[in-house]
Amino acid sequence: MERSASQSTASSQSKSWLSTTAKETIAGYLFAAPMLIGLTIFILIPMVSLFFISLTKWNFIQGFRGVEMIGLDNFRHLFQDKSFFVSMLNNIKLLLAVPFTLLFSLVIAIVVDEKVYFKSFFKIIYFMPYISSVVAVAIVFQILFHPSQGPVNGFLMSLGVTNPPKWLADPTYALPSIMMITVWTSIGFNMVVYLAGLQSIPKDLYEAADIDGASSWRKFRSITVPMLSPTTFFLLITGIIYSFKTFDLIAVLTQGGPAKSTNVMVYEIYDQAFVNLKMGYAAAESVFLFAVILLITGIQFWGQKKWVNY
Amino acid sequence: MEHPISAPNVSSTHRPKRAKLSLTKIIVTVIMLVIGIIFLLPFIWMLSASFKPEADVFKYPVQWIPHTWNVVENYRAVWFGDPPFMLYYWNSIKVSVMTILISVITSAMAAYAFSKINFRGRDTLFIIVLLTFMIPGQAVLVPQFIMYRSLGLFDTHIGLVLLESFSALGTFMLRQAFMSIHSEFIESAKIDGAGHARIFAQIALPLVQPFIATYAILRFIWTWNDYQAPLIFLRSPELFTVQLGINRFADATGEYYSLIMAGTCSAILPLLIVFLLAQKHVIGGIALGGVKG
Repeated sequence: MERSASQSTASSQSKSWLSTTAKETIAGYLFAAPMLIGLTIFILIPMVSLFFISLTKWNFIQGFRGVEMIGLDNFRHLFQDKSFFVSMLNNIKLLLAVPFTLLFSLVIAIVVDEKVYFKSFFKIIYFMPYISSVVAVAIVFQILFHPSQGPVNGFLMSLGVTNPPKWLADPTYALPSIMMITVWTSIGFNMVVYLAGLQSIPKDLYEAADIDGASSWRKFRSITVPMLSPTTFFLLITGIIYSFKTFDLIAVLTQGGPAKSTNVMVYEIYDQAFVNLKMGYAAAESVFLFAVILLITGIQFWGQKKWVNY
Repeated sequence: MEHPISAPNVSSTHRPKRAKLSLTKIIVTVIMLVIGIIFLLPFIWMLSASFKPEADVFKYPVQWIPHTWNVVENYRAVWFGDPPFMLYYWNSIKVSVMTILISVITSAMAAYAFSKINFRGRDTLFIIVLLTFMIPGQAVLVPQFIMYRSLGLFDTHIGLVLLESFSALGTFMLRQAFMSIHSEFIESAKIDGAGHARIFAQIALPLVQPFIATYAILRFIWTWNDYQAPLIFLRSPELFTVQLGINRFADATGEYYSLIMAGTCSAILPLLIVFLLAQKHVIGGIALGGVKG
């Protein structure tokens, strides 16, 4: 009796169920359409054309008539191009800022999380550089690092340093200066993510360690660091990707100089495309950048899988 | 309803000492305060320089509190001088507001479709959306530029807005939010005869308001701060956003550092206001999504 009743309702609904499916499908596509169309036009089509453009020699001044198919020549040239090689090398050097950022952020996060009063006040302080405009920050640092008049060198000279570095104007110190600014601006982001990670560590782990009489250092090494390893891994990857995308600071502060010492990949692409107007070559460089970032993302996926159960 | 910043409640059993002031904690707080002030010195220097007459900017030792004040003159020169900051501000506000509107609406709609509507091909489409997230914006600058030149979107605000509006990130963040709504809400509304448009506008959207606010604020910060896209896709000075304008201003005024600092202060001010008013959204959103603009 009961079964037949449920069967009959099921069969009576099956007709309207079909039309509901159709309705749902239409609604689904309508709702998703604006985003899908936008992503297709502004990201997917450009991405596909990037590969095509990278196979051409295209001087943009001549418009579309300036297109000339040259196959893989751009890529052949790319691997012999000293300027591009230097920019890649600079990107790799720039990665050194990532571990420093992680270390400082972790220390600040732990101290702010447990050891101070006015926790949210300190969060705001250390987060501020991250939300501030990069251009404004860059201009301020340009003046602070001014070789002869800047307060940084003024301070160093008052300490008795007779010949302080010229910072951004000196090929040896320009990239380290950029790194310092990067660390300073990134601490806020990393600290906040670390704070969230710290919240998710079960407190009973520490309680158990307290009962065993573990020292603070021991607890830090045996509980905090391993429990935070997924967070650290995530921040490491984000930091590396972000580092490869560095542009604003370079564009405002050094334009890749002095003597190409701060020329990074994205700035090199910008320079080739929009200053030298070599679209094809810049596209080939972009393909390379894309491949690098894809590789890092791949490592992230692989690493996350390995890290799920610690 | 869940707030996006649901910091797990720290168990009260863990810190019974809270009530008593601890000396170590006070000392650490003071040390962190000193470090914090050193950390923010670039901002303090910037603010103080923007208040001074030009002659005092590079005096050493630094006059953290200006001996002579020149605030009104400096800021008037920046805001109403040439090039005019007022115009850059207006452009940035215009671009940011339009970007937020388009971005929030399209992201929320797509997020709703990907979480609350069952349709064929949904998962495939969602994976495609996520894949676009892996494409770094810098890699597609060249084709975007060529496309913009041929479509007439180059050197227009709407072009810039469209470029910044579509990202998988918003869809992803808001999808997470919609998934936290129980399906019974939607099902019972459907039984009452409501279509998806009504359910979306009257039930789903109000329930995820805090997430929308978080995303809108983050989008504001990123758009306001963006330098690369305006640099490449705008050419006419009268269309410049604050970030472009301030750099142009620094080039044009050359050695007037007090004015340049008044300019940088003005560029950061809206961010600071938004951040202080909505810091829980900003910090919570960053922690939640672990996102980096």
